[in-house]
This record gives sequence, structure tokens and C-alpha cells, in this order.
Amino acid sequence: MKPLALTAYSLVTCLGAGRAANLDAVRKQRSGLAPCAFETVRLDTYVGEVAGVDETRVPDRLRDYNCRNNRLAQLGLDTDGLSEALRAARERYGADRIGVFLATSTSGILQTELAYRKRNEAGRLPPDFHYAETHNTFSLADYVRHALGLSGPAVVVSAACASSAKVFGNAARAIAADLCDAALVGGVDSLCLTTLYGFHSLGLMSSRPCRPYDAARDGISLSEAAGFVLLEQPDRASSAARVHLLGVGESSDAHHMSTPHPQGLGARMAMERALASAGASAGDVDYLNLHGTASKTNDISEAAAVMTVFGAATPCSSTKGLTGHALGATSVIEAIITSFALEEGFLPAGANTEALDPALHVDYLLAPRPATLRRAMSNSFGFGGANCTLLLGLAG
Amino acid sequence: MRAWVEGIGVMGPGLRGWPMSRTVLAGAVPYRAEPVTIPASDWLPPAERRRTGTSVRLALAVGREACEHGQRDPRTLATVFTSSGGDGDNQHAICETLASDQRELSPTRFHNSVHNAPAGYWGVATGAMESSTTLCAHDASFSAGLLEALAWVEVERQPVLLVAYDTPYPEPLNAFRPIPAVFGVAFVLTPDRTGRSIATLNTRLAETSNVAALPAGLENLCHGVPAARSLPLLCAIARGTPAEVSIEYLDGRSVRVTLAPH
Repeated sequence: MKPLALTAYSLVTCLGAGRAANLDAVRKQRSGLAPCAFETVRLDTYVGEVAGVDETRVPDRLRDYNCRNNRLAQLGLDTDGLSEALRAARERYGADRIGVFLATSTSGILQTELAYRKRNEAGRLPPDFHYAETHNTFSLADYVRHALGLSGPAVVVSAACASSAKVFGNAARAIAADLCDAALVGGVDSLCLTTLYGFHSLGLMSSRPCRPYDAARDGISLSEAAGFVLLEQPDRASSAARVHLLGVGESSDAHHMSTPHPQGLGARMAMERALASAGASAGDVDYLNLHGTASKTNDISEAAAVMTVFGAATPCSSTKGLTGHALGATSVIEAIITSFALEEGFLPAGANTEALDPALHVDYLLAPRPATLRRAMSNSFGFGGANCTLLLGLAG
Repeated sequence: MRAWVEGIGVMGPGLRGWPMSRTVLAGAVPYRAEPVTIPASDWLPPAERRRTGTSVRLALAVGREACEHGQRDPRTLATVFTSSGGDGDNQHAICETLASDQRELSPTRFHNSVHNAPAGYWGVATGAMESSTTLCAHDASFSAGLLEALAWVEVERQPVLLVAYDTPYPEPLNAFRPIPAVFGVAFVLTPDRTGRSIATLNTRLAETSNVAALPAGLENLCHGVPAARSLPLLCAIARGTPAEVSIEYLDGRSVRVTLAPH
């Protein structure tokens, strides 16, 4: 693929709002996970809740879209100058030439969960329930395009935990096919009862902050986040971006709905295809941000795939011990953390991992360290066997 | 963007598969909106089959028909699934449970709740390891899926299976999002003409929408079910004459397809 420049980005996670807060937490290995006190949920688990979501206001003209997911999206638009960057891009390209490719797994389903508690005697939902603007999966992209005044192609990708990596591929194809000149990609997922009780039903949640690649890891920690990236063609970008998207690799496991392929075959294909789409080889990759959910099976199958593609030579880590697993938003957050590594010249480590699983032979980083990086990769794998790997690199 | 149609699958009220539907869609036989029952796919192992709801069955049924019509091994196809709402029955059951005092969900309910559940079952059923994505654009979900599938064909030069499907919500969600019927459609799209090509599609975005009149009875389906916004395209292919087809997209825009039959 032709490289695309990451000319602006913003992120809001349980580590804080914006680049500075998140970079600082990554450098200091400060986890944002805390005992779950979300809504009325009573589960023995840790979550990464974002501060200030309910205090965030959506514009009055978009009040029908008011739900936790879109408030979190608005927080992302208000951060790191993202809205200003999009306003400038809109003036340069025209509102209809900027595509909006966003990801979510549960959109505003929390709003529906709350509305079901308020059903009347006839079983009807309250009249102020807004299906299209909150519940529907497209609600996120529809909110963002209206908030930013964009009218180009727009869609939501909802392929579980690989969604906000896949949107980089959608954007690259749409630009290559001349459907748009630039694209806003990203993902927003917010805590809700469906995912908390759902992952609990699968026995996949840890009662402690998650410990990726640890011998004693016993499950994931759910979180919420918003992340956005403006992608532009390098020769048309107004500002020189330091990081470029070099390759995207996608595959399917074709194995099971909620369990990854045991040898990580689909994961391996995604990594190999990302390298191939960039014309790169495994030796070109200086850091790998793992999917690393800290579930028993994910880390085994991912490590097997990493060993096949890279051997034990490539430093890698999962940053989910810091940010938690933000599902449809997790990939874009990890792509941005991977950009931190490239921009700042360091290898990020995760948090909470103490004793590495000796069965996982990868070069897992327990502490961050300075390094000279040119290219770095980020893995994302989801339910339904959806896999996507991104290859990023320093410009020039 | 240019692609060739090699296989079609369709299922909805009074439309049971492409061979039967094409005579209706071409206007040769009057349309009658008879209810359609969708069997669970025998491509799935029995244990998985029992776990599937209407939306998964519908998506797998039309996807399979399109592959068989195009004589394509599904393992060779990238897939684009698109749906306005996913599995409404399952979402309703989850919300009902979560509003009760007993919030424990069943694991199957939960993994079926992901929007890409049909894509996951498709992989398990066929063994297809090519790329797969699952999209939503509310009422514009078919057009958004078509654009993504055509962009994939154009840029990646690989054949793609596009599957669009929608099913009605039960109450109380139905009152806020009435979808009057099930409707599923699938196309095998290829980057080059083959011996099995049915039609060439040249596609672009247009500023206005000008949806053609449909045979009597199909208008309501087209306007009521997002996946059935594909009907003008299906009708044009069924008629087998050159046509310019407008499919509604976002903000009054349309996806404009110039169709040349083979």
C-alpha cells in the first residue's frame, strides 16, 4: 500500500485525556485500572473507567445523540487539538472529501440497557429513547461526522476487538479508490453492562489488574477509551507527520466464535500480510505492541504466532495492563502508543506483569528502555476470529 | 470503481433464492410477499447450528447461495458483512436480563451479541481465512457495504463476497426501529471478467438520489428494510439490460451503478 501520514491524533483513556498524560503513564508504567465501581455493576474485577465522561456535554443541536459513548467521543474530539485539525483539513479538502471510518463494539447500548429498566407497565421504552442516535452501531460515526461537519463516506466497523485497527485499512482503500482524499479513523467504546456481564459469563475477566504474558495471568480487565487519527496522503498533507502507516494485514481465524486459533494461524497471517503490504520483512520491525489481553488462550496463540514470524528477536509488550482492554477502541489506542514509541525513541513496557510465562518465548519487555526505532507493529485480534495488524514507521 | 458480479443470493418475503426471485424482480411474475423461513446452515457443526439466530442463518444462507451460484470456493473470498442492526432478538434478550435482578448472561448470548457474529460463524462454517469485515451505516448499510466491497476488489484485486442482511426487532425496540421483514442479499464480486460473470458494475458516489420505480409490492420492502435498498440493483440485473441504478446512501447522496449485463 501507499503510506499514509498520521497528521493528527487524540486519545482519551483511563490513563487520562491527551497525549501528554498517556505518554507519561506509559513511560512510568502507571496502570489506570481500578476496582470496578461502574454504574450498578457488582463484579469482582478491575476496570479502566475514563474520568469526566458524564460531565462532558454534547452540543445542543446533537442532544438526541447524548449517551455515554458519544460523550466519550466528544471528549476525544476536544482533546489534543483534534477538532481544530479536522476543521483545517475540511477547509483544505472539502467536507465531502474526508471519509469517516470509526469503530465500536457496543456503541450506545448502555442507553438501551438503562431504558429497559424504565419500561412502563405495557413494556414500552421511555419516549425519550433515541434508537438511531444512541443504540445503533452507526451512532458513533454519525455523531462524529455531524459534530465535525464532515460529509464524506462514513461507516462504522464493528468486528469486535480488531475493529479500530481495521478502520485504517478501510481508510487506505477508500483513499486509493478515490472515494475521499483524507480520512478520520478511530474507535470509541464505553463501559456497559453487556460487555461486563458478558465477559464475566465467559469466565474471561481477572479479579486483579490484568497481567499480560505473566505465568499467573488469569484474565482480562475491561476498559473504555476514545482514539482518533487523521490520515492524509504524505504529498498532500499540510504538516509533516512524524509517523506513517506503512502496512495493514487482515485475516480470519475460521476456528471458533470466542476462542483464538490454538497455533495462532490467523494471527500469523495478519502479521505477515502487514509486512507484505509494506514491502517489509520481520527484521525491519523494532517493536511489537501485542494484543496481549492476558487471557490464557490469547497470549498462548499470539506468542506462538509471534515466534513463527519473528522468533524471539523482536522486543514486544502488551500495554493493556496500563489501559485495560477497550474492545472496539483498543487497537487505535495501541496504534497511538506505538506511535509514541517511534516518536520518542523508546520501547514501551506494560504494567502488572511480574513473572513471565516460561512457555511464551517472546522477548517481552518488563521495563521501558530507550531505543532507536524505525518501524513498529501493533496486533489486534477479536471475537469471531477477526484479526488485523498495523505496521507504522517513522516518516522519511 | 469497477467489478464483475459472478454470483447472487437473495432471501426475503416472497423471494426465496435468486432463480425464483429473478423472474419476479424482472417483472415477469407478480410479486407476492409470502413469509420466508430460513433454515439453519448445515455447513455448521450441529452444536454451532443450534446456537444461531435468524440473522446468522439469513447471512449464511444468502452468502452460501451466492458462492454456489458463482461456483466459488468460499475459502478464496474476502468477505464484507453489513447490517443495520445485527441480531435484535439477542439484544432484546440481553437487555431484558440486564434489567432484571438476575443479570447472569449465557456465554452463547454474549458471543452472539457481537455485530460480527455472522462473519465468525461464516469462518467456522467455511474455513475461510481471508480478510473479513462487518459494517454498519444505519439505513445506508447496504451502500456502505457495497462501497467497501468494491474498494476491496479495486485496490486489493481479490474477489469479495458482500453479504447484507437485516431482521426485525421484537418489541419494545420495534416501536423505535420498525423493520417490517427479514431481507438478505449477497454478491460475489470479482476484479476481472470470468466465464461466469453476470454483469459489470461501474460505481461512483453521486450527489443526488434517483431510485427507480420497482415492481408492485417491492417498494415497501425497499424503503422498510435497509438491506433491501439493494432491490433496484437486483431488479436491473434480473432484467438483463444496461441500466443506471441509484442506491440511497447518506444525506440524500447515492451510490450510482452503471450496469452492463453479460
